[in-house]
Amino acid sequence: MQGTNGNGHHDGNGWLLRVRGLTKIYGEPDTTTLESTGPAFNSNICPRSHAIVALNDISFDLYPGEVLGVVGESGSGKSTLVQMLYFDQDPTSGAAHFRAVDEGQTNLFALSNQRKRHARNHLLGMVYQNPRDGLNFGFTAGGNIAEKLLMAGTFHVGRIRERSSALLTRTEVPVGRMDETPAAFSGGMQQRVQISKAIANSPPLVFMDEVTSGLDVSVQAKVLDLIRQLQRELGVSMIVVSHDLSVIRMLTDRTLVLKHGHVVEHGLTDQILQDPQHPYTQLLVSSLL
Amino acid sequence: MGYVAVKGGQDAIDNAAELVEYYRWRERPQPIETTQVRSQFRLLIDKVMGEGSLYSPEHAALALQQVEGDVFEAAFILRAYRATLQRRFYSDTLNTRDMFVQRRISSAFREIPGGQVLGPTRDYTQRLLDPSLARDTPGIDAFLGEFESRIDRTKLRGVTSFSKVIDLLMSEGLMRRDQYTDEDRRVVDITREAIKFPAPRSARLQMLARAETGGLMCIGYSTMRGYGESHQTVGELRMGTVPVRITDQSGRKRYIGRIKVTEAEMIGRVAVKKKGALPLLSVGYGLCFGQNETKVICMGMLDSALRNPNVNSPGNNQEFVLYHTEGVESYGFTNHLKLPHYVTFQAGLHNLRDVVDRAEKQRGVRAAEFAAVAAAAAATPKPRL
Amino acid sequence: MVEDVKFRASYNFAFIDESTKKEVRRKILKAVCIPGYQVPYSSPEMPISRGWGTGGLHLTLSLIGPRDVFKIIDQGSDASVNACSLRQFVKRMTGCEVTFDTAAATLIQSRHRVPEEILTDKQILVLQVPQPEVLRGVERYEFKTRQMHAEADYAKIWVSLYEAYVRFGTMMRGSGYPIRVNGRYIATPSPIPRWDVPNLSMAHCLYLFGAGREKRIHCIPPYTKVEPLEFEDVLFHVEAFPGIRCAASGEDNAFLDEIYDDEGTRKFVINDSNFLDKVRSGPRPSQRLFTNPD
Repeated sequence: MQGTNGNGHHDGNGWLLRVRGLTKIYGEPDTTTLESTGPAFNSNICPRSHAIVALNDISFDLYPGEVLGVVGESGSGKSTLVQMLYFDQDPTSGAAHFRAVDEGQTNLFALSNQRKRHARNHLLGMVYQNPRDGLNFGFTAGGNIAEKLLMAGTFHVGRIRERSSALLTRTEVPVGRMDETPAAFSGGMQQRVQISKAIANSPPLVFMDEVTSGLDVSVQAKVLDLIRQLQRELGVSMIVVSHDLSVIRMLTDRTLVLKHGHVVEHGLTDQILQDPQHPYTQLLVSSLL
Repeated sequence: MGYVAVKGGQDAIDNAAELVEYYRWRERPQPIETTQVRSQFRLLIDKVMGEGSLYSPEHAALALQQVEGDVFEAAFILRAYRATLQRRFYSDTLNTRDMFVQRRISSAFREIPGGQVLGPTRDYTQRLLDPSLARDTPGIDAFLGEFESRIDRTKLRGVTSFSKVIDLLMSEGLMRRDQYTDEDRRVVDITREAIKFPAPRSARLQMLARAETGGLMCIGYSTMRGYGESHQTVGELRMGTVPVRITDQSGRKRYIGRIKVTEAEMIGRVAVKKKGALPLLSVGYGLCFGQNETKVICMGMLDSALRNPNVNSPGNNQEFVLYHTEGVESYGFTNHLKLPHYVTFQAGLHNLRDVVDRAEKQRGVRAAEFAAVAAAAAATPKPRL
Repeated sequence: MVEDVKFRASYNFAFIDESTKKEVRRKILKAVCIPGYQVPYSSPEMPISRGWGTGGLHLTLSLIGPRDVFKIIDQGSDASVNACSLRQFVKRMTGCEVTFDTAAATLIQSRHRVPEEILTDKQILVLQVPQPEVLRGVERYEFKTRQMHAEADYAKIWVSLYEAYVRFGTMMRGSGYPIRVNGRYIATPSPIPRWDVPNLSMAHCLYLFGAGREKRIHCIPPYTKVEPLEFEDVLFHVEAFPGIRCAASGEDNAFLDEIYDDEGTRKFVINDSNFLDKVRSGPRPSQRLFTNPD
């Protein structure tokens, strides 16, 4: 990986995504909220105002072709993180800069609705845990992919179908089922359609939010394998969110460990798994089969 | 036979109008006078005034007579009539505390200051078909004479206005006036501008006030049956006359008369969003012209429901409730299906024929392919095992 | 002295009161300035049922003057019952001259058809619109469709056309085919047949669209580009009547109605009643005809 020193830290330039001070609070915080929540207090909830601190001052960089894992238990804030980067939610404070948008000069959260939508269509991909969040079950599988291609400016039915077929074939969805609605598909196949949709416009950055958590264990491995292959083939950067360290181990180069909205540990995935420093990470690793 | 152009549309509609009159009069009945409609179909008139959004019992009576009792048409006529009238003033807010109460009940408490006044209602009668009205001439004079003789005129001065039941709840702090300060409180006139959604509360209440009673009842009922969250109590239902005042061009307040209204204050709970916030009581408000209790009760329930949007239940969905309870619009659009649609229908047939043709060609192609494959298979010698 | 105006029977010129007419005209101007954009307006009640042409009437009555010559058609026919009813109303409220002759009219109100004869820069065509929101079929909520138009987020309607094509081999929009106006807003041309859609683009006349029940006005100004939504490889076609001629006039190259006579035999007749009258009695009026791509 380019630009890294021995600790797995990059040299500061050449980043693809730079996140600084990302914070998300639900409810109405007061002045004590940020200081009275976190791993030290074993809680996200402010005792006085009852506000919930989902993320507290998160910062990280992501490099081209890199896969970043975000691991933590439910309530740690990990899904919130990618949802904000995909504009599903607004942050309370913080900034994110993306090389593909104005060469990284503009804070993504300050973009107009139109530019955010453009980014979602052309520059970002998202695969949700629940296929109903990422797919429109009123359209066919092919239609879902077509939506992305249409919005990227492909108004040619033949080419749309060609590309959709190619994507579905690559994600091992039978092309003959392209004109069916995903409602009739198994969970694993629905996730494959989501993946096809997410990479349809070859975006430089894709988010995977607990993609396999809702699937049978036997199906999970195949989907994970597919994701790994695709990432290698396309060289796309990813942020992979999971509560499951085995997923993190399989897919990611570096990892952030979140607990109660804070990053308690970060570094090369291999190093963290071999030699976890923070007690919480140690706990997670110890329960890894 | 040569083609005969379809002319005579005008003749057809003139004849249709005549036929309507024919069916009205052919039994040579005794014509009803408008004053009879006005006095003996009081509740129907109240419904029509409410949905026609025009307070004038005489115009409502005339409209009903004109359309032989079709309530949708009568309300429609009043609305159209209202549209031609010039709006000279907006009245001052009606103060229903000034109401001369004819009926006033509360389900929330057994006894309330001023007492429960049942007033004129058929709620506690048995719905037995009573042929006496068809048979006998009611002895009106005798009845009125006897009734009026029982009124103690010395007590008339004692009738005062009634305080509101919700005042009790507010004084105890169980209900607060400033509950919904973050909602859109602009006052708009829905007859002067098109409403966009989400609509301000003034628009929602105006639309509910002139909504079709049956439509409101249908959706209100659904919120009670699990298609929404509604667990409300009639805090107060009152019916009577209220004074109407305007401010004239010189700034003076003028009294222009009294109108009869029905008002309901439905008590529910405020939806709690923040932890630690108290689930205080809320008011769902209903008000309409005349005596129409079903309407104001449902209006109050829906006023509350619309403050808690919920995609899973139609009664909590502004666009669903307000668009579809608008009687004149729904009556018009559903019935517009009777208009000729042959061009659009035909255009659809064109499309369909293309699709069917295509499917048949496909079948033809496949059949040919299949035949070719079968022929090739038959021609190939089978391998011996 | 207080005048007894209880059951007044006299009406303002053109029925609608002057301040409402002013408001409608302002909204029309706004619609002209933003081609294809749906402008909300007050849409007062009329003595005609909602869904039966109140929007068209609002436009007509706000624009009409005593010297206008008014024509009204329904499904192409001047003699159709609803056209007769509305004509009667307009005449009673304005005293204007009314005509069946397309070329003689200054203001034409129509339900679901554009006249075959070319309209000039001295004419206004008012179209009645049942559902002005072209996205309503893919999105039921008004607040969402408003946002979609504001952000030019038209993904869903494109996907619906794609899906229809994939499922049926055609884009399955017989009438009311979606159009892009002036390269920006996607709009409905009202339920006119595809035959009429090319007529909307770069026309000399002014096209106004009134939806009374839904309370929206939109406009296609003269010399504006109007493109029916199509794919590069699946192009827009108008209806074809191969080898068929009008049973009454022997002419072709006009939109034809299917009719069944008393014996159940099917015949085709030119839909536009005034155009039919003209071709049967004199020279054929000029049209703008569209050639289907191969």
